[in-house]
Amino acid sequence: MFSIERWQEVFETISKNKLRTFLTGVSVASGIFILVILLGVGKGMQNGVEEQFEQDATNRISIYTGVTKVEYKGMNPGRRIQLKNDDYQFIDENFGENLEYQSSVYRIWGSLASYKNNSGNYRIEGVYPDNQFLENASIIQGRFINQNDLKNKEKHIAIGRKVRDDLFKDEDPVGKLVEISNLKFKVVGVYTDPGGEREETRLFLPITTAQSVFGGGNNISYLAFTLPKEDDYEVALKKSNAFVNEVSTNLKAKHTVAPNDDSAISINNSLENAKQFYDLNNIIRLFFWGVGVMTLLAGIVGVSNIMLIIVKERTKEIGIRKAIGAQPMSIVGMVLHESIFVTTISGFFGLIFALFLLEFVGPFIESEFITNPSVDFNVAISTVILLVISGAVAGFFPAWRGARIKPIDALRDE
Amino acid sequence: MIEIKDLHKSYQIGKNSLHVLKGINFNVKEGELVSIMGSSGSGKSTLLNILGMLDEADSGSYTLDGVPIKNLNEKIAARYRNKFLGFIFQSFNLINYKSALDNVALPLYYQGMKRSERMERSMSYLEKVGLADWASHKPNELSGGQKQRVAIARALASDPKVLLADELTGALDSKTSYEIMDLIQQINDEGKTILVVTHEEDIAQMTKRIVNLKDGVIIDDSPTKQVRAIQHV
Ligand SMILES: Nc1ncnc2c1ncn2[C@@H]1O[C@H](COP(=O)(O)OP(=O)(O)OP(=O)(O)O)[C@@H](O)[C@H]1O
Ligand SMILES: [Mg+2]
Repeated sequence: MFSIERWQEVFETISKNKLRTFLTGVSVASGIFILVILLGVGKGMQNGVEEQFEQDATNRISIYTGVTKVEYKGMNPGRRIQLKNDDYQFIDENFGENLEYQSSVYRIWGSLASYKNNSGNYRIEGVYPDNQFLENASIIQGRFINQNDLKNKEKHIAIGRKVRDDLFKDEDPVGKLVEISNLKFKVVGVYTDPGGEREETRLFLPITTAQSVFGGGNNISYLAFTLPKEDDYEVALKKSNAFVNEVSTNLKAKHTVAPNDDSAISINNSLENAKQFYDLNNIIRLFFWGVGVMTLLAGIVGVSNIMLIIVKERTKEIGIRKAIGAQPMSIVGMVLHESIFVTTISGFFGLIFALFLLEFVGPFIESEFITNPSVDFNVAISTVILLVISGAVAGFFPAWRGARIKPIDALRDE
Repeated sequence: MIEIKDLHKSYQIGKNSLHVLKGINFNVKEGELVSIMGSSGSGKSTLLNILGMLDEADSGSYTLDGVPIKNLNEKIAARYRNKFLGFIFQSFNLINYKSALDNVALPLYYQGMKRSERMERSMSYLEKVGLADWASHKPNELSGGQKQRVAIARALASDPKVLLADELTGALDSKTSYEIMDLIQQINDEGKTILVVTHEEDIAQMTKRIVNLKDGVIIDDSPTKQVRAIQHV
């Protein structure tokens, strides 16, 4: 199999049958190319979906209030329910030790912030330090709001990356003063948020400061919590649902809201959305796995088909070789050797071309659903190896059949 | 060199059986140049294929150079073909993507001979058939006569005991045919045993013995006064 003589024979055959070699090579290479690109796109879609869901902590529970819809205990519908600081205290006292992170948020929708000659309209949110984790934000400069800021009602703000880019351009914002409603706030840090620009055009300050300087009194816009992570999705869902039920019942009682009035007090449990995320991710993975297997199968069928045609085309040659003394196994060896050689070379060609494309074009693809398509190199290599092996196995039968052809049958003139 | 006793061969065509060889008895000694004649369908090629171990007889015995040829598997048949026999076909059967030299070298490749030795030896056979200058040409760049010369060089390359030629001049005009027969006679003069199947009387006259087949039996087997092909070239 590995004798130099055989290699010379194979090289000679390959180089003197350029068209055949080329066609085989192109079909194998394009098969691998398509497969790898497909795997890459699948990965990109997974990344895209992940990003869509990573805007906030995946196990976040948020409590919003609105207007009552149901008449309850003699009160007419249409009453606006307002969350207050004591609602936060109430949850903290009753459930605090079961929670991972917790924050109440006082939100001012749009406010003009300016630094030197630059200004912009941004959302301002008074929060607790935990809010960083509830938002899934990461600090890239300085720090987030801390407990001291909260206690001392400091006019400290943490700004989003977009805000920094707008107001400060290339300047280092940490320690600088930003003016909002004629008040000066000191920037303590800059954060990024996987939710993207929309989530990065916000300014966070201590809720205590926010309530006092923006006239919020004791009002809260909404509450956000997370429960500690569980390994098992079902367990996590059960615990968080129990928590949601209890909080909902208590808060509704506290505000005299009908137990079934979900528009007055609504609780958004993102773990339930996370279920969709897990499912969607599974579906995508399954889909591309399925398509990949199909492509691979098509590739194998294609390769064996080519081999079959090659052997058929070479029937006469095989007959001649056998008539002048070729052993059946040497015919099998010759056909296999040649085909493995060609599929391996062209397979790697297709692989490298596809990886090249993913590497250099992939990062530029930033649509809503596909982010940074890429493929695990090991997966790609194993795919090529698998294709070559299956090509060889599939090609063995035509080769074997070729070797079985009797020389007189092969040599008979048409 | 060749001993055949009571050889029978039938072909199965659907439900019918076609009895092609009906008891052939026939010996060839070393150094003979024998032609097998007969009308179309008389079984000449069938006999030659059996002699060439490309096909197997139904019954009867066949001994080649003292070796009984019986119940051969593919592997042994291939080895015997390589060692004992050289084939020359009407349609040349050269591998068209290989040069003349590489075609001649192919039997030696299957003998496991080293490349350099193979090429050297093949070249000497191409010289012998007068085609040294055409060594690097592909078959489609050669005339019919040249192709048949390459095929003869290939048949000789492994230095076989017997050359088997089926209608070797069938695709050639008469002048070229005589040139090829001249070459065959020279090779025979050097002592090689050669069997030629032909249905051309003038070709048969250039051998030393004519075997006549009819309906699967030998009806005549007699020596002939050899006509030297060189006189007709
Ligand atoms: N593989 C086969 N299957 C069935 N019948 C066959 C086969 N080979 C040959 N025959 C038949 O056997 C008979 C003898 O064939 P063969 O080729 O030996 O004749 P031939 O003497 O060589 O004729 P020609 O001069 O035309 O070459 C013919 O009738 C032919 O049709
Ligand atoms: Mg014939």
